[in-house]
Amino acid sequence: MAWFKRKSPGLLAQQKKEMPDGLWVKCDGCGEIIYRKQLAENAHVCNHCDFHFRIQSKEYIELLCDFGTFREIDAKLEPVDFLNFKDSRRYEERLKGAQKKTGLIDAIRTGTAKIKNIPVVFGVMDFAFVGGSMGSVVGEKVARAIDQAMGLKVPLIMVCASGGARMQESIVSLMQMAKTSAKLAQFSDSGGLYIVILTNPTTAGVVASYAMLGDVHLAEPGALIGFAGARVIKQTIGQDLPEGFQRSQFQLEHGFVDAIVHRKEMKNTLVKLITFFL
Amino acid sequence: MSSYVLDFEKPIVELEKKIAEMRAYSVSENMDMEDEIRRLEKKLEKLMEDTYARLTRWQRVLLSRHPDRPYALDYIERLFTDYVELHGDRHFADDPAMVGGVAKLDGDPVMVIGQQKGRTTKQKLHRNFGMMNPEGYRRALRLMHLAEKFHRPVVCLIDTPGAYPGLGAEERGQGEAIARNLFEMAHLKVPILAVIIGEGASGGALGIGMGDRVLMMENAWYSVISPEGCAAILWKKNPSEMIPTAAEMLRVTAPDLLELGVIDEVIPEPMGGAHRNYNAAAQTVKDRIRFHLNALKKLSPAQLIGQRIEKYSKIGFYKEN
Ligand SMILES: [Zn+2]
Repeated sequence: MAWFKRKSPGLLAQQKKEMPDGLWVKCDGCGEIIYRKQLAENAHVCNHCDFHFRIQSKEYIELLCDFGTFREIDAKLEPVDFLNFKDSRRYEERLKGAQKKTGLIDAIRTGTAKIKNIPVVFGVMDFAFVGGSMGSVVGEKVARAIDQAMGLKVPLIMVCASGGARMQESIVSLMQMAKTSAKLAQFSDSGGLYIVILTNPTTAGVVASYAMLGDVHLAEPGALIGFAGARVIKQTIGQDLPEGFQRSQFQLEHGFVDAIVHRKEMKNTLVKLITFFL
Repeated sequence: MSSYVLDFEKPIVELEKKIAEMRAYSVSENMDMEDEIRRLEKKLEKLMEDTYARLTRWQRVLLSRHPDRPYALDYIERLFTDYVELHGDRHFADDPAMVGGVAKLDGDPVMVIGQQKGRTTKQKLHRNFGMMNPEGYRRALRLMHLAEKFHRPVVCLIDTPGAYPGLGAEERGQGEAIARNLFEMAHLKVPILAVIIGEGASGGALGIGMGDRVLMMENAWYSVISPEGCAAILWKKNPSEMIPTAAEMLRVTAPDLLELGVIDEVIPEPMGGAHRNYNAAAQTVKDRIRFHLNALKKLSPAQLIGQRIEKYSKIGFYKEN
């Protein structure tokens, strides 16, 4: 139960006036109003219903990597509008808008890091940047992260969050599926350990490439994971989809996820896995 | 001759009909109309050259979907001898949208895999309109591994409106099936030649489309999304009007993809498209397959895999400061 309910209505109303915007957040899982700071202290998980709020690369780095160990690589790789793609807006403007809004250059950050003192290469996608879509920069950074892990002979950890391929890069974005998968085949042949963390949502082109090619697939609870969009499937088959369709539990039951791991347990789980394999 | 006529084909088909009628008339009436016939034939030639030199990208998409266009099995029949189809993925089912088996190309053994559409309503349903379930990809992979074991090259014929967006397909891991194929094709020890013969819709096409060489027919399309899908997302107010624009923006044609470095070669089609002459279309495809397989068979498995991974690693456009 929310603690503020115990307070008198008068006090609440008074506080409300003073409270700056964005101090509270409503849980999508249970509808409870949660104090933002409290949420951050709880790994951005609702302490009432365990709903995992969507978080970005910065938070995942803080949660999973040892403090201050993440060293970003290829941070200067920038997307370009090589097709002069234009719908209601130019792709170039869309990119600039997303960069300004998120402070990121594209939808993934990669780097070297330590997890409980174990050196790894760590990649994490940002859904906030054009829906975490995979274009040339994402593909190239994943490929280089794989090279880095191969060179350093360390595990590769990839936190996925993506709506799929980036339409504005057309066929070249599709080819990033081939590129990342090809590099992963090479990495696997070299004996490299690759652990995928599936977060909400991981879909389409990323699912049909590096998100489904891990030695181990971990998923956050309730994450949407699938290839085709639910709306398209519904239209095609003309029937409603079952409750929980394409969620973590569905993928676990159908054999595509090794384990569903609570965000607060993720780091410990990674350590247990890495220390087994290495 | 074609039973279905696209809008831009109409003047051509009409003129052809006129020439045929005139020829029949000159025979039955025993009249010399050669001059007039020759004049019309010249006109037809010019009309076709003009029409096909100026096709928009969307018109090429329409040609790639022409109901009379040759499908995978039409090519397989003309390219190879001794074809024996091998069914099933050994896990769940057979997928009739993905065909394949052993065959011989001028006596040389080849594993051929193709995405197959149906022509009649019954066939269309049987082939699920050329949309694969995960079993299709797993069937293709099984055949590739079989080819690898016996050192046979693989030829993949691509023609699909996409992987099937179905409940069962998701339950059985459509994404994983495609991803697995890309992963396995990357380090397959035998040559892989992919030919886009019709529609190359997104991951559904790429699922058997990773090759040492990727060839594409002149009137095929290949993209991350169909022009219709793209228009529906980007222009919600008037999607159907914007489909041709989407095709332009996406650069879906073979010359576009050659320019972008995604394919290695454009295979010319008979004037007017492959559906106007199956044998001629198949002959060109056969010549190009033979040419590339001859070049690839000189490479060791390590060279093949190394060059294949390198080829895909290089695709992408970005800035680095
Ligand atoms: Zn909650």
